[in-house]
Amino acid sequence: MKWEVVIGLEVHVQLNTASKIFSGSSTAFGAEPNTQASVVELAFPGVLPVLNRAVVDKAIRLGLALNATINKKNVFARKNYFYPDLPKGYQISQMDLPIVGPGTLTILVGEEEKVIRVTRAHMEEDAGKSLHEDFQGMTGIDLNRAGTPLLEVVSEPDMRSAEEAVAYARALHTLVTWLGICDGNMQEGSFRVDANVSVRPFGQAEFGTRREIKNLNSFRFLEQAIKYEIQWQIDTLEDGGRIEQATVLFDPDSGETRMMRSKEDAHDYRYFPDPDLLPVVLSDDDIARVAATMPELPGQMKARFVAEYGVSAYDAALLTTSLAHAEYFEQVARATGQGKLAANWINGELAARLNREGLELAACPIDAPRLAGLVVRVADGTLSNKLAKQVFDALWVDALSADEVIERDGLKQVSDVGAIEKMVEEAIAANPKAVEEFRAGKEKALNALAGQVMKASKGKANPAQVQDILRQKLA
Amino acid sequence: MIEATLKELSVQLANKDVSAVELATAYLARIDALNPALNALVTLDRERTLAAAAAADARRAAGDAHALTGVPLVHKDIFCQQGWKTGCGSKMLDNFVSPYSAHVVERCDAAGMVTLGRANMDEFAMGSSNENSFHGAVKNPWDTAAIPGGSSGGSAAAVAARLAPVATGTDTGGSIRQPASHCGITGIKPTYGVVSRFGMVAYASSLDQGGPLAQTAEDCALMLNVMAGFDKRDSTSVERAAEDYTRELDKPLAGLKVGLPREYFAEGLAPDVARVIEGAVAELKAQGAEVVEVSLPNTQLSIPAYYVIAPAEASANLSRFDGVRYGYRAPEYKDLVEMYEKTRAQGFGEEVKRRIMVGTYVLSHGYYDAYYLKAQKIRRLIANDFKAAFERCDVILGPVAPTAAFNIGEKSGDPVQMYLSDIYTLSVNLAGLPGMSVPAGFADNGRPIGLQIIGNYFSEAKMLNVAHRFQCATDWHRRAPAL
Amino acid sequence: MSLTHQDVARIAQLARIEVTDAQVEATLAQLNNIFGLIEQMQAVDTTGIEPMAHPQDVSLRLRDDVVTETDHREAYQAVAPQVEKGLFLVPKVIE
Repeated sequence: MKWEVVIGLEVHVQLNTASKIFSGSSTAFGAEPNTQASVVELAFPGVLPVLNRAVVDKAIRLGLALNATINKKNVFARKNYFYPDLPKGYQISQMDLPIVGPGTLTILVGEEEKVIRVTRAHMEEDAGKSLHEDFQGMTGIDLNRAGTPLLEVVSEPDMRSAEEAVAYARALHTLVTWLGICDGNMQEGSFRVDANVSVRPFGQAEFGTRREIKNLNSFRFLEQAIKYEIQWQIDTLEDGGRIEQATVLFDPDSGETRMMRSKEDAHDYRYFPDPDLLPVVLSDDDIARVAATMPELPGQMKARFVAEYGVSAYDAALLTTSLAHAEYFEQVARATGQGKLAANWINGELAARLNREGLELAACPIDAPRLAGLVVRVADGTLSNKLAKQVFDALWVDALSADEVIERDGLKQVSDVGAIEKMVEEAIAANPKAVEEFRAGKEKALNALAGQVMKASKGKANPAQVQDILRQKLA
Repeated sequence: MIEATLKELSVQLANKDVSAVELATAYLARIDALNPALNALVTLDRERTLAAAAAADARRAAGDAHALTGVPLVHKDIFCQQGWKTGCGSKMLDNFVSPYSAHVVERCDAAGMVTLGRANMDEFAMGSSNENSFHGAVKNPWDTAAIPGGSSGGSAAAVAARLAPVATGTDTGGSIRQPASHCGITGIKPTYGVVSRFGMVAYASSLDQGGPLAQTAEDCALMLNVMAGFDKRDSTSVERAAEDYTRELDKPLAGLKVGLPREYFAEGLAPDVARVIEGAVAELKAQGAEVVEVSLPNTQLSIPAYYVIAPAEASANLSRFDGVRYGYRAPEYKDLVEMYEKTRAQGFGEEVKRRIMVGTYVLSHGYYDAYYLKAQKIRRLIANDFKAAFERCDVILGPVAPTAAFNIGEKSGDPVQMYLSDIYTLSVNLAGLPGMSVPAGFADNGRPIGLQIIGNYFSEAKMLNVAHRFQCATDWHRRAPAL
Repeated sequence: MSLTHQDVARIAQLARIEVTDAQVEATLAQLNNIFGLIEQMQAVDTTGIEPMAHPQDVSLRLRDDVVTETDHREAYQAVAPQVEKGLFLVPKVIE
């Protein structure tokens, strides 16, 4: 049987506010345990929550970027369950009336664009952390993270493969960092993904029973976990088994998912409106104030790159995978007036090198002005592609400009007609056999002659000119 | 001196007729003598009290005193007070010394008031008789066989027995008004949002409101001046300009329209209570007030609506008592779940557990609409009833409770009977309106009876005016139990 | 309506309150009495009535994003049942 995969994602985006969602405690990562937990996070008797304005503004920001409905009245609710890292015994979240309603996010799968529907995004508080190292056989609770603001972004079940799910997660990650509402640090848990996965026979209208994979904190794990889960579900069904609704965890060591709780153990969260917090009511002005600070979004910038710099849609998509990339490209393109060439270099040589070295663009040793210096010399013919790569390698290790490298290493391409003519004549004189073959119609023989000229010039002769002059002389 | 009102003490302190240390010492001596029989106060800290009194005297001497600097008070054990045990009538918090103070406590401290001790209460403010306390029942100073009312029973008994001139209390469904009525003193529950809930241990967050209990309406006004005020740490605190609640005390009552809800004088009201309330209404009429009949048709429904909404909110509010960060933890357990279950089973009393379970049920899957949402709709109907009534009158008068204080043990075995006695007070909390109780006479058995005054939103000054004028013409509030 | 033993067991479990077998019967009887009272609500027609969650019809105030709290771990943990190295200790949590 042929199976169709159905995936929806719930992403917890930690907002990069200075203080917590409901108190003036710091959200800084990595402090000594419980030193950033005030009476509010510790849920002392009598304490009350007061909402941080920045959380609302950042939520609106994401809502606008997703072209989503902003619910002008939205309501906090209590989600009740007992867990030691949840000090109040309930999480303040949003249920019936979230701040962000339906929207969309466009993803790139291979070279195809696909629109994924976003169901909602709501504000809520993060829980603390349980540390399972052995403390006399007990678990240690650190509440520094408790009360860190989160946006939970929920998608429709619109993804049909692990690749699409990863593309969506990456696109959302790009967007939240682009908007400056999240630091995007997945290792520190700033962007955590839950994946709802099910399969159904192709052509079947209703969804299969889904299992939810919790807390995936890298794109690689997301892909591995979904792929494993899909295969497990298909195998189970093909062996005549049934899928039971469940929550599962992914174990990166074994590469497998394992059951955390079944539907029978599912929580009854007893949501109800939090009486300590009144409804959040937003005016048109509140939304307009945030809208006025919106940056150009990845989609808009992508379209502009195509129109303004003539780069391909595919290149433009790669250039807008992060604001840093886009800004880097635009600096190079503006400085050189060579958009396409800049895009080729950034998506080609630069991307490959970064990837090889395992570096982010932020840590790239070649900044935009220095790459622009290189691109200019390629464009004006000073450097052949081969020489340019040599210069690029030098720029990577030495704090010099492209021109300084060219000067130091004597890499300037020779375009002086007289000099090239002289070398061409010498090559013709020294290789009568090749000349004869060319004249007999063997086109390849010309390459052998050109190779001789390039060799004589130590690679610096302008290859196009060499070809032209050879043809003139042999005509 | 001990019989003096807040107002009188304020004058005596200002005139240096008495020092704060002398006052505190005298009250502590009276507490030592009388409290063992009444059980009104649960925590005393003589050293702290006398240090605060000495500081108040120094402040008086330095000339930067507030009107109430040096005046002693007791706090209901529900207000967190830094350095004091804040036990909330529960075993769960019996070892809890608060590391921070409630807004109300901060305001009293800032005024230079001197804390004599912490008042007994029904556990987590759940109760109408003060029998639900880990520290045992409070006795009514008028008759130690009687309950003092609840949940602010310790506060009311302390003021009635003159163990303190004033006490703080909280009122979620009548917990200031009903004990004030049963103990023959004056108490006011302000409009929801007037007194900050920050640091007040939450029972039902959308209903809880702090307020004072004292001998007179004038004292309540003075105390409300200290307790009330905007607090940015409470998102439900109302942002309004500070007001002087004494400003209208002496205003004549001529032309005042008082509404009598016919549902408050129907079946279930004890004849002696009816007699006392009618007498009080007659007095106000004599002062020129005009009586109009009004209707609050959904009064009866306030009981089921309250006993859904309050337990629902409480069930979540009390989840934080889990034995992890503070408070009681069961001594023996085999795993985490058992630690929770035993801690909460042992740390909470029966009534608290009952309400948590009711609240858990009404919020649980499949029942939310039928109970919680339904109760919220009825809450709206009740608020609408008052809105309509206040189009026809300035204040509403009625009884606080259907009977005078019942006997200790009389209803403790039957929660439903206990709940039914809250009939005249619950709807005020559901609507968020201010309400007060003013001593108005005595039942056939000699126990005090209070008159309830219900005002429109933010009309505390008017209610205090009505109460003060009533007290200018009567002396019920001046009567004290023989102890 | 009336609750069953299973209902009592379920809500006790949800509320994390141990109810021993000996207590179930009495608890059930009391809860059923209370729900007898609560059921009065069902007789009322509330069609079209907006639920009232708060006494006042106002909107939430927001605070500025400023860090105002400092570390008071020592004072806050002085009242904790069990701490070690700044952590609150609980029986082992198994995921």
